[in-house]
Amino acid sequence: MSKKSDGLTPKERMAIPRSKMPEQDPHARALNFEEVPLGLTPEQAMEEAKRCLDCRKQPCVSGCPVGVQIPEFIKLVGEGKFVEAARLIKETNVLPAVTGRVCPQENQCEGECTLFKRYGGVSIGALERFVADYERNNNLVEIPPKPKQTGKKVAVIGSGPSGLTVAGDLILEGHKVRIFEALHEAGGVLVYGIPEFRLPKEIVRAEVDYLAQQGVDIRLNEVVGMSVSMDELLEEYDAVYIGVGAGLPTFMRIEGEELNGVFSANEYLTRSNLMKGYLFPEYDSPLPPGKHTCVVGGGNVAMDAARTAKRLGAEVTIVYRRAKEQLPARGEEVHHAEEEGIIFQLLTNPVRIIGENGKVVGMECIRMELGEPDASGRRRPIPIEGSNFEIDCDQVVISIGAGANPLLVKTMPDLKLNRWGYIEVNKNNQTSVDKVWAGGDIVTGAATVIEAMGAGRIAAKSIQAYLTGQPQPSTEEEQEEID
Amino acid sequence: MTGKILVNEEVVPNVHRLVVEAANIALRAQPGQFIMIIPDSEGERVPFTLSDWDAEAGTITIFYQEAGVSTMKLTAMKPGESVHVVVGPLGRPTKIEKHGTVLVGGGCYGLGAIYPLAKAFKEAGNKVIAMLEARTTYIVYNEEKLREVTDEIIVVTADGSRGVRGHIKEGMKFLEARKEKIDHAHFVGCTFMMMLSAEATKPYGIPTIVSLNTLMVDGTGMCGVCRVLVDGETKFACVDGPDFDGHLVDWDMVFARKRAYEGEEDLAYQFYRCRRDGAISEAAKTQEAV
Repeated sequence: MSKKSDGLTPKERMAIPRSKMPEQDPHARALNFEEVPLGLTPEQAMEEAKRCLDCRKQPCVSGCPVGVQIPEFIKLVGEGKFVEAARLIKETNVLPAVTGRVCPQENQCEGECTLFKRYGGVSIGALERFVADYERNNNLVEIPPKPKQTGKKVAVIGSGPSGLTVAGDLILEGHKVRIFEALHEAGGVLVYGIPEFRLPKEIVRAEVDYLAQQGVDIRLNEVVGMSVSMDELLEEYDAVYIGVGAGLPTFMRIEGEELNGVFSANEYLTRSNLMKGYLFPEYDSPLPPGKHTCVVGGGNVAMDAARTAKRLGAEVTIVYRRAKEQLPARGEEVHHAEEEGIIFQLLTNPVRIIGENGKVVGMECIRMELGEPDASGRRRPIPIEGSNFEIDCDQVVISIGAGANPLLVKTMPDLKLNRWGYIEVNKNNQTSVDKVWAGGDIVTGAATVIEAMGAGRIAAKSIQAYLTGQPQPSTEEEQEEID
Repeated sequence: MTGKILVNEEVVPNVHRLVVEAANIALRAQPGQFIMIIPDSEGERVPFTLSDWDAEAGTITIFYQEAGVSTMKLTAMKPGESVHVVVGPLGRPTKIEKHGTVLVGGGCYGLGAIYPLAKAFKEAGNKVIAMLEARTTYIVYNEEKLREVTDEIIVVTADGSRGVRGHIKEGMKFLEARKEKIDHAHFVGCTFMMMLSAEATKPYGIPTIVSLNTLMVDGTGMCGVCRVLVDGETKFACVDGPDFDGHLVDWDMVFARKRAYEGEEDLAYQFYRCRRDGAISEAAKTQEAV
């Protein structure tokens, strides 16, 4: 690849301070649902782009589950070619405005950046977001020319990040693609799970529209397994991709979980995001503000639920059984939550939820200490006997994960599942059923948006090979691309 | 067009019959299943038990009572208009087997909703007795239709204005008195009616199914709001139900959870009424937003 034109030496590049994206003031934003980070300015973006050392080995690309051509797009940003940069990203990533916002870049591209340890990695996510927003906000989004049609038909079940990726990749190959979405809006977790202040729904709609304009047919309110059967899909389509996402929420099996005021994070966030409960009573689905809302769990979903509760007007406490270092949520999310005044009760585990007249009035917790590492490699939390105490609260949001959704897979007796009910796939994301691929949370359990997109990418390549009679992408090759 | 309203009429005071176009649902519906309707673009997702369908005409029928903002919005809609979303069929179909004599009991919207059950049990070779519970005689409906698919109809009214005086419990005594042996019972109606009915069959040891009508959001096994305790185990009405063993359901929990949003439901209803009646002017709303 050609050298950068600005002629800076690596030393000069390293001397440029990492750009800081402006954010809404924590006090103000804790009361509204508008987006928190405000995005880079064009000048900031170009300055940040100069920090890229243009390493020959491109460690950042290997850190990206979908292999975005990072140094190349950053170079274009540095030259002020923002639209070209956006289009380059879109060759490998159908949702740049989304991933630029919600990817855990510090564990992926930015974490692999040569500058990461000493200077902070190049703000790849911020740049990705910037160019995608620039292209969209300036109405410069171009629909790629319609490829030669193959006449092959692909059904995609679920319009979450993995399904959208499969659809986006395969429509470009000239196949007919139809997405079946059970809910009344497309986007899956991007619309029901991730809050407006982290990912404005307008952006999801724009990204979905982009696919629709390319010819992807999106059928809403279609529950595969109920309103249309898998057998029918297999008859009509040449390939079927299952990306139905996570399912039934996990509860703790402690006393009081049936009380009013106890929500699964899925319910809490779906009410707020998909059903617009935060705008109640303008919208009909209620989501009553708590006085004191306790969120149990330490993942990104827990942070989303906590920050939603805060914006609805509650005092919010996160209750997590391990220490701060073990919080599974992104550092940035934890930081944002702290800034907004959310209290963290760490090394604390609920024992029972206390109710009066069927309603939550408190939660009894026990203090924990960390013992030996468990199977996950994290130190196992052990209850400290006699350390029980009560927290007064009127809402509890349980955010400790979700199991596999049984709705579709139960109708497919030949589909091989693992012992947790998730679908078993090979390296090409093929399932045990002929012509059926799967990916995302229904295969891996809870994961990130970009990981689901990576799974979609693998499946799309395999489907493409299958539909064109090419050999399946061998596992070695596939692995090389991911690692 | 899916969602287009063909009939929306009040059959008896505060029980409405809604027929909408939904060819795909009509083609696949099975007894015991439900659908979800979003009345308009600001609406909730509300589950309704399917009361009938016509695969040829591509229509489905539900019965509903005006009880909150969503059903109030529905009653205001006219034939020719469309509901925002209708999705289904959802939930596991009722297990239809040959038991011998089957009692299908309904109350309020259940008088409509037991029709497909009665029909299916009849077709499976059962003797089918329908027991229609109502407060008083003039709110009994759907009788003629049920007559086509049952061997007998027993009307039970709380005020004794017609048939047996009392509730399902008294209806059971009536059957006992004439030595009618019931092999299987299935009840559909408001929660209170289903609970009392399940209690009424217990002394006779009659296997009893109830079709629960819990709150739901997505209705596809994601949100968990419809969780119920059945025989001490957490079940989800949308994907494990809506049919459960009426003798094993933890009714206290069902009641409590149904009331989860009582205050908000009331507020939403009042808000909608005020807005509809012009009591909340655009100016006042703008003021509020500021």
